[in-house]
Amino acid sequence: MLIVACIKQVPDTTQVQIDPVTNTLIRDGIPFIVNPYDTHALEEALRLKDRFGCRVAAISMGPPNAEATLKKALALGVDHAILLSDRVFGGADTLATSNVLSAAIRKLHSDVDEVGLVLCGKQTIDGDTAQVGPGIASRLGYQQLTLVDRIVDMNFSGKIIRVSRKLEGRHEIVEAPLPAMLTVVRELNRPRYPKVPMRLAAADATVEVWNNQVLKLDEQKIGLKGSPTWVSKIFSPDRAVGEILGDGNSDPEGTAEMLIEKLLAKDMLPI
Amino acid sequence: MTPNPTIFTPLLIASLAVFAWGCWKRLSLISLGKPENRFDNIGARVGEMLMYAFGQKRVLAKPFGINHFIIFWSFIILLVANIEFMLHGVFPWISLTKLPDGILLPLLLLLDIASLLALAAVAVAAVRRLISPPYPEARTIEAFFILSLIGILMLAYFGINAAKISRMQDGALVIARTWMPVSSVFAGMFAPAAGATVYSLSWWAHAFALLAFMCYLPHSKHMHILTAIPNCFFRRLEKPNTVPREEFAVGNEFGVSRVDQYSWKDLLDSFSCTECGRCQKVCPASITGKPLNPRAVVHDIKVNLLENASMLKKGEQPGIPLIGAQGEGSVSEESIWGCTTCGACMEACPVFIEQMPKIIQLRRNLVESEASFPEELLNLFENMEGRSNPWGIAPSERTKWCSQLDVKPFDKNTTEYLFYVGCAGSFDSRNKHVSVAMAQLLDRAGVSWGILGKDEKCCGDSVRRLGNEYVFDKMARENVEIFRERGVRKVITQCPHCFSTLKNDYRQYGLELEVIHHSELLRNLVQDGYLKLNGISGDLGAMVFHDSCYLGRHNDVYDAPREVLQAATGTAPKEIGRNRNNAFCCGAGGGRMWMEEHSGERINLTRVKEALEEKPDTICVACPYCLTMFEDGLKDVNADGVKVLDVAEVMAEAALR
Repeated sequence: MLIVACIKQVPDTTQVQIDPVTNTLIRDGIPFIVNPYDTHALEEALRLKDRFGCRVAAISMGPPNAEATLKKALALGVDHAILLSDRVFGGADTLATSNVLSAAIRKLHSDVDEVGLVLCGKQTIDGDTAQVGPGIASRLGYQQLTLVDRIVDMNFSGKIIRVSRKLEGRHEIVEAPLPAMLTVVRELNRPRYPKVPMRLAAADATVEVWNNQVLKLDEQKIGLKGSPTWVSKIFSPDRAVGEILGDGNSDPEGTAEMLIEKLLAKDMLPI
Repeated sequence: MTPNPTIFTPLLIASLAVFAWGCWKRLSLISLGKPENRFDNIGARVGEMLMYAFGQKRVLAKPFGINHFIIFWSFIILLVANIEFMLHGVFPWISLTKLPDGILLPLLLLLDIASLLALAAVAVAAVRRLISPPYPEARTIEAFFILSLIGILMLAYFGINAAKISRMQDGALVIARTWMPVSSVFAGMFAPAAGATVYSLSWWAHAFALLAFMCYLPHSKHMHILTAIPNCFFRRLEKPNTVPREEFAVGNEFGVSRVDQYSWKDLLDSFSCTECGRCQKVCPASITGKPLNPRAVVHDIKVNLLENASMLKKGEQPGIPLIGAQGEGSVSEESIWGCTTCGACMEACPVFIEQMPKIIQLRRNLVESEASFPEELLNLFENMEGRSNPWGIAPSERTKWCSQLDVKPFDKNTTEYLFYVGCAGSFDSRNKHVSVAMAQLLDRAGVSWGILGKDEKCCGDSVRRLGNEYVFDKMARENVEIFRERGVRKVITQCPHCFSTLKNDYRQYGLELEVIHHSELLRNLVQDGYLKLNGISGDLGAMVFHDSCYLGRHNDVYDAPREVLQAATGTAPKEIGRNRNNAFCCGAGGGRMWMEEHSGERINLTRVKEALEEKPDTICVACPYCLTMFEDGLKDVNADGVKVLDVAEVMAEAALR
């Protein structure tokens, strides 16, 4: 049984600013990180590996420098790390991306081992669409379990999984047959820290790269050509100007009261 | 039974054999340790050995040290008598009495007095252990056994001499009374007729005590008699304020999880420990009820080595893990994480055992090989590696503290000093005030300075002390490259952790910087007249100064901050009970800043309470961590009226307002 974790290299958004003239992200010199939600997907895959002894593959679609992301996955203990990289994959929206990722998962299924579970972060912090995971599930015909915050039960031989989904104000326990695709939230687990010997081994390891000659996908359905989404504009919304209430230094109590009154008036305090 | 070479000789040979075998069996284990060069600078080493081993300088730093000093020197002097005793027992014709009177008589007087002093010191030590031992576990049977043996040796020595004196007459008796006054008093306690019996009994008591001492010595903590002197010789000549680098290559081991991964000197340390307990009495973790006890760590290393020796020699896996909760011979993870790396233990140890680097080696193994550490450190490690600061704040915010000031970037052609602001000074809202004060003072004094701004990175102190050497190594390399590229030579730091790391740790990377702590620079600027004091900053009230461990103990900067405060306020700050090299840590060093304290009293509370005993209006510090810990502690004890200020802020009051 193989578990596939889909991970993405994203710019460290806390360090990203938007160019006020062009309304595009200023990516120059911004360090890349592994999409934080994906680190939880990867961690859960590794925990299942620790528990059941199955194998884990990490896949990522991106430019050649996304190899760094996969090396991090190798340092954490994945068995296979595959970078899906080709110029023709570039400019993809979620539809085209899920097409490439699904093809890679199919290939892993036929070349490596039967895929039982695909794990994705609930969304990426750069695109924030939360569509790629579900896109993969529907293309592969897998059960789709989104917003998972706990795997309640996992039965590989009986091919059943039961998870808890974190919804607004409640949890939903759902059972589904395998194979399944899970998108996960941060509460699922605490990602492990890489051990140095593994980091050193990962630094020396080569990440397998699959381009479209390997996947042989219809170029009309991948990359920019296969992406019907069109981004018309990105902009930073104007931030409402704040208001200074009282003087916290000379009269902290009075100022606090003014603040509470304001919040009550706007119905922003739970009573 | 009179002395009888036929009986004594085989006993002596057997005892010597047992002694030699015991010593060899234990000391040869030191060779299981990794190589480390401690043979450099022999002249200085001999000097240190004379001062600290023979001069007992650190032993004498505490009141009971004089007792040990007396026993130590009595032992050295009585070596003459004991060697004569053994030789005489085998070859009866060998005797000190063959010496000319001019040498013999003063020697006998010296031996007589040394024996008396030793006897008194042993009695004092025994009473101390009964009434008020240095620490509760020090009241051991072993301690009393050894003290009794020494006592018997001394009494028997007097007995032998007294018996001889009792048979003397006329002139000989007069001489004996003059040159062996103590033995003569003993001679008056029995009838001359009993002389022969007293002689035999004393002689054999002396023989058995001496041989028992020899046989027992290698198996007890009194092994330090043999190891403490070389341990002072092999001490680290520079302050042990850093830890050695690690090499990151595939196949290497990281940190220490087996006792043979320590260096030979670490293992010698474990045999040199007298278990005097001075380290645990100054350790902030031990004092506040945490599981860490530096004495126990060193003891556990020794026990682990002894227990695992046969397996390690065969290259097998050790039976008792070095890290674990298995009791004696294992150091628990909680102990390992309890260390604030304040260095108080190393400052207190009379024989220069280096506890802190040993603990960091254990941390390295936990972090690097096991990825096992308190969970609050996960964010810290990721923030440090990803964004080069402990909070994970975007590096672009590094210059926010000076957004209202006109601060120039460092340029090697036009600027003299790099002001290395540090993470706390750049991001921590309270400590940003210190950075601003410092910037204004530098401008007022006309210092040529600049900053690296967004390109400044964390120095890596916390990750190094926490054992994450891999990340530290990456950060240090990056910083060294930036400093080289920018042509930085002189650096001002306002954080003792940055100060010590740039100054001491980066030297391991071949970077020799002239690093000056802001308290030293401010002192110099005032002394040289560059900073004019407008008046005395009066409203700060009574002031105490708290020594930061990484400024004081680790780098010997004690006077500069005090002189700054004296200059700024016109009066010397008051001292807290424990101060200067005995100062008590605030609790934030060694990465403890980023960790929870789960057991015992909080270290910062202990220190805050101690500072409040001096009834200060203002507590002065010279370290951003101390500043945070004191402000937190004062809130906890509701001492809202007491202010905490950095020395730069006090100076700013006096020089800028």
